[in-house]
Amino acid sequence: MVTAAQVWEALAEIPDPEIPVISLVDLGVVREVEVDAGHVRVDFTPTFLGCPALETMRIAIAEQIRALGAEPQVNVCLDDSWSTDRITPAGRAKLRASGFAPPAPRTAGAPTLLQLQSNVHRCPYCGSTDTRLENVFGPTPCRSLRYCGSCRQPFEQFKTI
Amino acid sequence: MNEQDARSLLEIADDELVLGWRDSEWTGIAPFLEEDVAFSSIAQNEIGHARALYELVAREHGTTADELAFDRAPDTYRCTQLVELRLMEWEKTIARHYLYETADGLRLERLKESSDPEIAGLAAKIDREEAYHRIHAQMWFDRLQNEPRFTAALQDLWLLAQAVVPDDLRPQFAARMGLSTESGSEPQSRTEHTAEFPELWEEMTVVRRSQPAGTRW
Repeated sequence: MVTAAQVWEALAEIPDPEIPVISLVDLGVVREVEVDAGHVRVDFTPTFLGCPALETMRIAIAEQIRALGAEPQVNVCLDDSWSTDRITPAGRAKLRASGFAPPAPRTAGAPTLLQLQSNVHRCPYCGSTDTRLENVFGPTPCRSLRYCGSCRQPFEQFKTI
Repeated sequence: MNEQDARSLLEIADDELVLGWRDSEWTGIAPFLEEDVAFSSIAQNEIGHARALYELVAREHGTTADELAFDRAPDTYRCTQLVELRLMEWEKTIARHYLYETADGLRLERLKESSDPEIAGLAAKIDREEAYHRIHAQMWFDRLQNEPRFTAALQDLWLLAQAVVPDDLRPQFAARMGLSTESGSEPQSRTEHTAEFPELWEEMTVVRRSQPAGTRW
């Protein structure tokens, strides 16, 4: 009989469809796993609501659970329970190693232009904080574009939400 | 969810769907690459918000998000005229963006206080994404605020923009914009649509209508 720990392990093997260096578990989108006599319920939260990878993730989760010989039920939670703060330390390290700056911690209020222009954002290549905002938006809605003044490398910054 | 809540969510969903559609018209042809990227992402977010809002309403009404988005008759949509307009002049697009994002922010602040936890939770999630739209709109406002073509566009669209928020939020919206609500005219109702809307609806639903109802894509 499949256990919750086995399900978590299996889900940790699913790469994020858009940033395959990290897994869905690293990303923190799997909120709950409940196992009941061969039935597995997974609650997961979208990162961004318009994320085109949503359906791909849902299918991948269901497939992994079927591969364990269990019947999946995958629920998408449309609430505010996911935040970039849920990306695990291991996930952050993997992002950095691939040239993505991990998101800054979420603050009490909404993000502001001042924050985006501040020097809390570190270049994932050289570690300098001498970086500037190039574009609030990037290749996907979850990323911004920044430029490092120190090593002169443009890089993608995970938005804080 | 009560009927009033379902109606409000449907209004917001229709606004977001139609504006997402209009914003996506800049994909590939914006004045420079960064804006091509920005408006494409913004459009994607708006349509994502529409989908999530439709889903909440659909659960209530025993239908699906797709049916709500694409299978209704054009005259039953409840979007505002502001989002329907095809604005292919940059200053007008930016004026609409700034007006709409400000209004939407006010509307979401209220929705986050809803006594229905599902509505409040979704509103909070949407608002986190919208914060980046507001930052983007603010950067453009700062850049264009003294340009006569931009200020004229703001004035031209102001009456239509007021229809985005509920009546009692209009004074607050006006205060935030530094504009007056006393023009002598009332904002258009959400039941009246622009002459451009039927064409947009035709285009928006053509693929879905090309297949028999119930087709799985």
